[in-house]
Parts: sequence; C-alpha cells; structure tokens
Amino acid sequence: MKTEIKLFENGKRIDGRKPDELRNIKIMAGVLHRAEGSCYLEWGGNKVMVAVYGPREAIPRHTQNPLRAIVNARYNMAAFSVDERKRPGPDRRSREISKVISEALENVILVEKFPRASIDVNIEVLDAEAGTRCAGLTAAAVALVDAGIPMKDIPVACAAGKIDNQIVLDLGKDEDNYGHADLPIAISPRTGEILLLQMDGHLTQEEFDRAFDLAIKGCHIISDIQKKAILEKYQSDSGGI
Amino acid sequence: MTIIPSIKREYLVKLAKNGKRTDGRGFDEFRKIEIETGVVSKAEGSAKVKIGNTQVLTGIKMDVGEPYPDTPAEGVMTTAAELIPLASPDFEAGPPQADAIELARVVDRGIRESQLIEVEKLCIEPEEKVWMVFIDIHILDYDGNLFDAASLASLAALMTTKVPAKRFELGEDYPLPIKEPPISCTSVKFNDIVVMDPSLDEEEIAEVRLTVATDKNEDIRAMQKGLNGSFTKDEIKKVIKASIDNGKKIREQLYRCIGK
Repeated sequence: MKTEIKLFENGKRIDGRKPDELRNIKIMAGVLHRAEGSCYLEWGGNKVMVAVYGPREAIPRHTQNPLRAIVNARYNMAAFSVDERKRPGPDRRSREISKVISEALENVILVEKFPRASIDVNIEVLDAEAGTRCAGLTAAAVALVDAGIPMKDIPVACAAGKIDNQIVLDLGKDEDNYGHADLPIAISPRTGEILLLQMDGHLTQEEFDRAFDLAIKGCHIISDIQKKAILEKYQSDSGGI
Repeated sequence: MTIIPSIKREYLVKLAKNGKRTDGRGFDEFRKIEIETGVVSKAEGSAKVKIGNTQVLTGIKMDVGEPYPDTPAEGVMTTAAELIPLASPDFEAGPPQADAIELARVVDRGIRESQLIEVEKLCIEPEEKVWMVFIDIHILDYDGNLFDAASLASLAALMTTKVPAKRFELGEDYPLPIKEPPISCTSVKFNDIVVMDPSLDEEEIAEVRLTVATDKNEDIRAMQKGLNGSFTKDEIKKVIKASIDNGKKIREQLYRCIGK
C-alpha cells in the first residue's frame, strides 16, 4: 500500500530514529524452567519467547534421518499478539516462516552429531510489531546456545528496507506497512555466510547493495547483544532471571 | 506422560509422611506467586502469572460481533487455552487436546458462572451488535498447577482490560465492567496425603485433584474434581478451608498488583 504518509523527514524517521538506527533490543537467556534452552527477546514492540527441546528421538519415526538430526522450528503467533485477533494455530504464513528459520538454523547446528534425533525450536510471538521473523530467529539462536546444542556459529537476523526513497535499517510497523521494500536477512556473523534472505517490494541494484550492507551491519550489532545475553546468564548466580 | 519411577513416588510419600514436601513447603502452602499486568501492548488486557516455575500468559482481545439469539442484549465471551510445545517437552503442536480443553473450560466456568464480566453492559445494539471478549491462555512453562495459574492470569488480564471503543468508532475507551473475582485454588491427593498447589512431580503421582474457587465473602463459586481417585467428605471440607485461606491472600496480592 503506497500512501501519502511521510515516513522520512529532515533526516529522521517516523519514530524519530536515524536511517541506520535499530530499535531497542533486549535479550535474556535461560528464562524458562522446563525447556533445555530458552530466550526472551524484546525488539522494539516485538516480544518473543523461544524454548528449545532436544536433541531427542524424532517423532513420528518416518521423519528421522539416519545420518543427522532434523531441526524443527515452529513459529507461532499468539492470538492476542496483533490488532485483529489471529485465529490460533499455524497458517500459510507461519508455516513458511517456520521453514525458512528451520533451514537457517540447520546450517549452523552440527546436525551430524545426532542421527535420528530432532531439535525442536518453539518460537512464540507474544507481541508483534514488524520484523518478527528476524526477532524469532535471533532469539532462537540464543536459546540453542542456552540448550548447549553444538553450533558452528550463533546466527543472527536483521532487516533493512526502503521508505520514501531512503534506505533504512530495521523497519518499524508503519515503515513495513507503507514502505517500498523490506529485506530481512540472517547471517553467520563469523563467516558472513547468508542463512536467510527474503525480499519484497522494489529496489534498484544499487539500493539493494546499500540495504544489504546496512542489514549486515545491523546483524553484527545484534550479534554483540546476543553474546552479552549469553555471558550474562552464566555470570549471574541465579542462572538467568 | 512422563513415567515417574516408583522410587520418586516413594520419596515424595516418605517426605510427606514426615510432614514435608520436596521444596520445603507446608501442605497448605502455595509456591511464590508473581503477577505482572500489561505485558502485551497489542492486547486489550494481558497478564503474566508465575506460580513457582509455572508461567502462564493470558491476553484479552475484543471485537464487535453478533450476540447469541438467546441472549440478544449480552456481550459474548470465549476462552481458549493452548498447551504450546514451548512449555513442556510433552506438549505437542496442533488442535487442543482434552487437557487443554478441560483447562479452558474450567477457567471459562469460573469467570462465566461468577458473572465476573458484566455482559449486560457489553451490549451495543440489542440483537445486532455486542462486544465479544476473547480470553486466550498461553502456557509458557509447565511445572504443575496450570488451573490456578491460568485462572489468576485471566482474572488479572480482564481486570486491566480497556474496551477498545475508539478503534471501532464507538466513543472513548473505557475499562471492562468487572465484578468481584473468585480465586481458584487447586489441591491433589496421593497416598491419603492432600497438598495445595501441586508441583509437577506431585501432580504426576496424584490420584485425585480438586479445584475450588471462592469469593470475597468466603462463598464457593466453582469446583472441579479431576482424575480417577476419590476424596472423603472430611478431606473436601479441609480443602475448601485451605482454599478460602489461600484465596484470601491471593486476592489481596491481585488487588495490589492491579493497583486497586
């Protein structure tokens, strides 16, 4: 939807951020008791909870792979997380997001270590405000570390996009609804490999390059917040909150 | 269901025979309760409740819809509970199973039968338009006693709910009309020992369960027995007494938390 809303004026965005500024991000590791690993993440108005279970025997058995573990990410939005109540349960959108997140995580997890097992990553979006897939993946990575799942790297995700012909980092709600392009990516920060990449909207090649670099820059900033959250858990006596 | 080795059952029973529980509580004592409201900004009302390690989040959404033909001038409420796989290694995704349905219905009954929500005040146009209240219960961490955590979270969420009248161009937002809340307390019995607010271990070896919801005047507003064991009349009387005592404390905490 292209409207006349001014999303970018006098070098500032509608929520007062600079073009390359992220929303506030808060990450806590090890917040749930039953889960093997867990993470709570706030990213702007997004609130996401992730629990990791496994490695455990994959069920039903026909899903087992004799050579490696399967990674089951399940992205789910709470009925009350959006303006209009969402009907509970998976829809086409959440199935797709679950799939791309599973694939991104599978890339870094040492799946060959756990034949016939499944690693279940439950991502619950409790409050949604644009960028939930990036928030979900970023939180999932921290929960996997918390669960002690061996990984090559801690993946991280962030989006960039275009509003009023301006390339900006981490689209907010209005920017997502009325902007011209959205480019969420996930990377392996140590190697720079791209684990997830989606794009909708309209970008020139030059704009794409700029948006892409900006999103990667955002990923590295968030990567530091992830690592801090993990360290904090092990430094605090109580083991998290 | 997890298989509890008989050794664990023996341990719990042995402790109980000496008047003790694994976490050092008295038989009639609740774990520590924490109530936090306004945790979800997109919801009309929300609350997160912790009872020990158990965590439940309830969100309230409201919409305008048609009333039921038999109550044309009353608002509509529905309650749904999801035992999402986030909360326990034993919960599976998919449509609600019997456990989730029982949980939602017990919470629903506690709210509906006590007439907590003043549904007659939720009528916009008789036979045409009324407010619909959706109570969605999300279990985040399952360490026993979901009934009390879910009902307390739902109460706290409802009591802080704002009717989104502005969004539907029906005037200014206003607080959801609410009466006195009944507080539910759950006990279980194993080997003739009755304990309040069962932990997961205690719940797993329980033979019978009883949930009692009581109000400010110490009247009973709802009861639900579960599992295939049985209680004696004496035991039930004791459970009711303990539920009233605990209910009183929880009610005070609830009012403190929502600032009333």
